[in-house]
Amino acid sequence: MSMAHKPRFLIAALVFYAAVEGFSRIGLLNGYFMVIINESLIYVILAVSLNLINGITGQFSLGHMGFAAVGAYTSGAITTIAFRLSPDRPLDYSIFVLSLVAGGLLAALVGFLIGFPSLRLKGDYLGIVTLGFGEIIRTALNNMDFVGGPRGLLGIPKFSSFTLIFAAALISVIIIRNLVESSHGRAMLAVRENELAAELVGIDTTKYKVLAFSTGAFFAGIAGGLLAHLLQMAHPSQFGFMGSVLILIMVYAGGIGSLSGSILAAFVLTFLSQGLLLGIDALANATGLSIGSEWRMVIYSVLLILLMLFKTEGLMGTREFRLLRIPEEEK
Amino acid sequence: MSYIFNVQQIVNGLQLGSIYALIALGYTMVYGIVRLINFAHGDFYMLGAYAAYGAFYLFNSFISVKSGAFAFLILLAAMAAGGGIALLTNRFAYRPLRYKPKLSALITAIGVSMFLEYFFSALPMIGPSPRAFPEILPKKLYHIGGAAGAEISNYVIIDISVAAVLMTGLTLLIQKTALGKAMRAVSEDKDAARLMGIDIEKVIAWTFLIGGAFAGAAGLLAGLTYPRIQPYMGMMPGLKAFIAAVLGGIGNIPGAVLGAYIMGLAETFASAYNSLLGEGIAFAILILVLIIRPTGILGEKTADKI
Repeated sequence: MSMAHKPRFLIAALVFYAAVEGFSRIGLLNGYFMVIINESLIYVILAVSLNLINGITGQFSLGHMGFAAVGAYTSGAITTIAFRLSPDRPLDYSIFVLSLVAGGLLAALVGFLIGFPSLRLKGDYLGIVTLGFGEIIRTALNNMDFVGGPRGLLGIPKFSSFTLIFAAALISVIIIRNLVESSHGRAMLAVRENELAAELVGIDTTKYKVLAFSTGAFFAGIAGGLLAHLLQMAHPSQFGFMGSVLILIMVYAGGIGSLSGSILAAFVLTFLSQGLLLGIDALANATGLSIGSEWRMVIYSVLLILLMLFKTEGLMGTREFRLLRIPEEEK
Repeated sequence: MSYIFNVQQIVNGLQLGSIYALIALGYTMVYGIVRLINFAHGDFYMLGAYAAYGAFYLFNSFISVKSGAFAFLILLAAMAAGGGIALLTNRFAYRPLRYKPKLSALITAIGVSMFLEYFFSALPMIGPSPRAFPEILPKKLYHIGGAAGAEISNYVIIDISVAAVLMTGLTLLIQKTALGKAMRAVSEDKDAARLMGIDIEKVIAWTFLIGGAFAGAAGLLAGLTYPRIQPYMGMMPGLKAFIAAVLGGIGNIPGAVLGAYIMGLAETFASAYNSLLGEGIAFAILILVLIIRPTGILGEKTADKI
């Protein structure tokens, strides 16, 4: 709605795109950097979509990577089969986009099913059930031979470019932002603040919880598809409990309920994680000691604990970047 | 069917269930008192296993006879390690967040769990690769019940009896002592308990100490039974024990034990039938229980307060 009036966010996003694309063309950003930026953007989609479930609607999902797995395997399988059917003809991007949407839709269906326990369960219990669903998806993938089983799905064509990933992330953020700012989003916030009161003022809480789960799952499925076509593989171990926890950390570190926080945290934590890896390598080379890469995760987890202890509300709290806000007079 | 539901599988299931029960008790006690899913609990179990490993080689250098007393010392070391780390975790990570939103404590718990796992795999003297757990006591095999019977090792008897003794001790502690009474009071109503002059933080610290010590003991028993230990070993048993606690009714102590034995048996039978089923059964049980009876088997139904 407001995008037509003052597309500040769109302009800022396009400036970012032009800068990254430009720097990469003239060689200021090497391939390694581009991979990190691409991963950050995929994590933006994952974190923002999880924030819709956990932050905006106040449900508690611990199995977000399970949805991403559904998307990754579905779209990966579609393009791989299409590639095998016509190995001579170069594939066009429409198949890729279709496969992404198919992955997203299947993930949304799974999210719809997982949304149902949320009608009876709250808080920790719901978290554990979603964790269980995530683990069941991972176990199932490990045992499905036609998608590689424990070897993973290999040989996925490389389709995910910076431009495509960027476009997907931008569209996801705008759709979720507009959803949050719409009357549906207000209803979701009401469910978070007080479910009983929301029901008493006539909000169909069941509908909004299931809507949050299936929308969040849809975008997670898209992100999974992008990841599979970036890494050219999908493996059950990518989509386990730890993967879901990393997304959850982004949502909480950024600030629960703040989409800007999720975007910021997705970039900060992805870069931090790579930066720690490089730092440890450099330290090991400089001192000649053998320092295991596990120290990266040790530092990462200590930072997480310190963040929770000293800045419990996350980096952004519930605030949003001004760019992402829809000004009052335009609503 | 007969070769799945045979005596051997029941024995194996009870053995696994005993280990789950010791872990599940800590989960359920902590949840009952501070309403926190302590994700790091599985790592207290891992620490118990490593402490037992270290204690074995330490004691082995000056005690040559592998006797019951020797094993008992190692058990104490494992329990001290599990209890000690639980106390420290509570003091430095959970206590400052006691009156903050509950989910931030949960994220902190996940952080502590990650920290313990990666810190131990980063330490050069422990490292990420699995280690063979030593035979603390000489293993003996007994055959029972004729041709259709089962092989039972003395380890099975040790696992089940250590679990039984500790669980009996806990029941006595909770039912008969002042500390147990305070624990029950705090889990019933924290504010009322505080008004009655109960030092809540002290009760919480004791709860973590006991829960951690039980997890440490479970770590030793697991090392003995499945002699391969590694820094990430706590994750899955931790989750499954938690599910056992939910199955029995979280916060309910007999429920945790019941849930753990059901889980141990179900997992053993399911694995004998199909390995995929064995991996997934815990989560399938969990989802069924929570959909059909969210409060668990022995949990009481509570109405939402408005």
